[in-house]
Amino acid sequence: MSGHELSDEQREIRALARDFAEREIAPHAAAWDREHRFPHEVFARLGELGLMGACVPLEHGGAGADFLSYVLALEELARADAGVAVTVAVHTSAATLPLLAHGTPEQVARLVPPLAQGIELGAFALTEPEAGSDASALRTRADADGRITGAKQFITTGSHAHTLLVFARDPDDRISTYVVRRPTPGLSVTREEDKLGLNSSSTAALAFDAVPAERLGPPGAGMRIALSTLDGGRIGIAAQAVGIAQAALDTASAYAKERSAFGRPIGAQGQIQQKLADMQTEVEAARALTWRAARLKQAGKPHTVEGAQAKLFASAVARRQTGEAIQVLGGYGYTRDYPAERYYRDAKVTEIYEGTSEIQRLVIARALLGDAARGEA
Amino acid sequence: MKICVLVKEVPDAAVEKRIDPSTGRMDRSGEKNLNPYDTHAIEAAMQIKEGGAVPVEEIVAVTMGPESAVRALHKAVSLGADRSVHLTDAALAGSDVAATGYALAKVLESEQPDLVLLGQQSDDGECYTIGAVVADHLKMPSLTQVIKMDVDGGALRCERQAEYGYDTVQVQLPAVISVGDAINEPRYPSLKAIMGAKKKPLDTKASGDVGIDGSLVGADGSRVDCGEFKAPPAKAAGKIIEDEDTNETVEQIVAWLDERKLI
Repeated sequence: MSGHELSDEQREIRALARDFAEREIAPHAAAWDREHRFPHEVFARLGELGLMGACVPLEHGGAGADFLSYVLALEELARADAGVAVTVAVHTSAATLPLLAHGTPEQVARLVPPLAQGIELGAFALTEPEAGSDASALRTRADADGRITGAKQFITTGSHAHTLLVFARDPDDRISTYVVRRPTPGLSVTREEDKLGLNSSSTAALAFDAVPAERLGPPGAGMRIALSTLDGGRIGIAAQAVGIAQAALDTASAYAKERSAFGRPIGAQGQIQQKLADMQTEVEAARALTWRAARLKQAGKPHTVEGAQAKLFASAVARRQTGEAIQVLGGYGYTRDYPAERYYRDAKVTEIYEGTSEIQRLVIARALLGDAARGEA
Repeated sequence: MKICVLVKEVPDAAVEKRIDPSTGRMDRSGEKNLNPYDTHAIEAAMQIKEGGAVPVEEIVAVTMGPESAVRALHKAVSLGADRSVHLTDAALAGSDVAATGYALAKVLESEQPDLVLLGQQSDDGECYTIGAVVADHLKMPSLTQVIKMDVDGGALRCERQAEYGYDTVQVQLPAVISVGDAINEPRYPSLKAIMGAKKKPLDTKASGDVGIDGSLVGADGSRVDCGEFKAPPAKAAGKIIEDEDTNETVEQIVAWLDERKLI
């Protein structure tokens, strides 16, 4: 599977992530899904292996691998359990990397190593009940002493994270980024969401009541930090979607070889062959877009549009092809005895979080059409 | 103590093995990997080192193979070996087990280890014999299928798996020990170790560097003459019984076995 274009280290890192995911995660994924269990112990072990800070430089406690290596690891984790993958993706792309990019040397030295080693978990608190895709409508406020008051919604790992990046309006009404550290007075979890899928991940609503915080980056840089974080974060979600779709393909193709109908394996039926051929082609195309965006980010080149394209395409492939996997399995696919229905439930959210598919299209169209996309002549 | 671990690059387990019709030999062009059985030998060496019963100065991974075999060495050092030695020479191509064992023994002579470890078999040739050949050349005791090892002064107390049970054997060091895959659960390499693997010392040696007699290696120096290779016959499709009524299922299984005079 598309291995020849990777470096030795990238191949080995992918093999490590695959091996760990197949042996330590996949066998438990169905139970964690059923029990809605957040597997704390897995993140500690991933941290020991270096997978909680794959692309963080060595001097900051990471493994010093490149961004594509991180993306390869995410895909393998998602193939076993998409909930584990999103926790790692948010922890890395949306908490650790922005701290690294925008923190002072003192903040980086203090906050990044425990995250990169997986001793602590990170979260990204931008969304609010009244501010989703329209993030700049957020209402959470920070007072002159940097104390935060407000509410955040749908925060991945919100119940468990030690370090949270929180976006709030300062006394001059500028949106800035703040770092909140747990344990802290004034921060409470008001709701743990009951979701369609991704049940091994935590999605929480948070209330802030004069929570002490420190600013990250210059005052008023909040939206810039948020959007550049999401530019990179989308590539991680694209990788997650590719992993889910690959898992669905693996399940469907294995079933097509072993299940017989009308006296021969169902894989001998043209209709099944066509489904699986399309499925594999689409998964490979999604992977290629994802790797392209990851390589551009690694090279420090613009990747906003490429990341949006990767996420838009990969999430649609994941949503559609997990449904096709159920179709290949027929009635069995609709039961919890097989993982296809879990992939189907897990896939849907990749079209929603870190920017909906509609927002990805907006990003792409604006880059394509310039001012005309805004209705300006 | 100095431990040398013999390792081999083999076709990845996920790659379907096939005979290349143009050469009549196994097609080795696909993805390759470190022989999974060898990871148990590296882990055994690491456990001796970390166990603390005897100080281990160095773990050295040793392989013989083409240029691509350095990847297996990188994997070996990412799993804990301190450095590696790559014996590679066009003159060695086509060596049979006896010739390969002789060549590896010459490398080991130059390393002077106190203990040589290797996996029970390779995942491609599956000969199970290389350890014994190496030990014969080095005039060292050799054990196979070892699943427990304790260093006891200048000796090694080993438990080996046999068809009839377990043997407990004490051997004097230096010795060549082929470990069974039940000996341990190999660790995962860390990302840092993977990233650092190319920075660990790797010596590349040609036949002449370790005093290999060219007439004893390669296709000409091998006594095994390979004729034609054939893929094994395809297995007949099995019978799958859907377990709807367990009593009935058991009856069907018993009838099936009875029919074949298996019970």
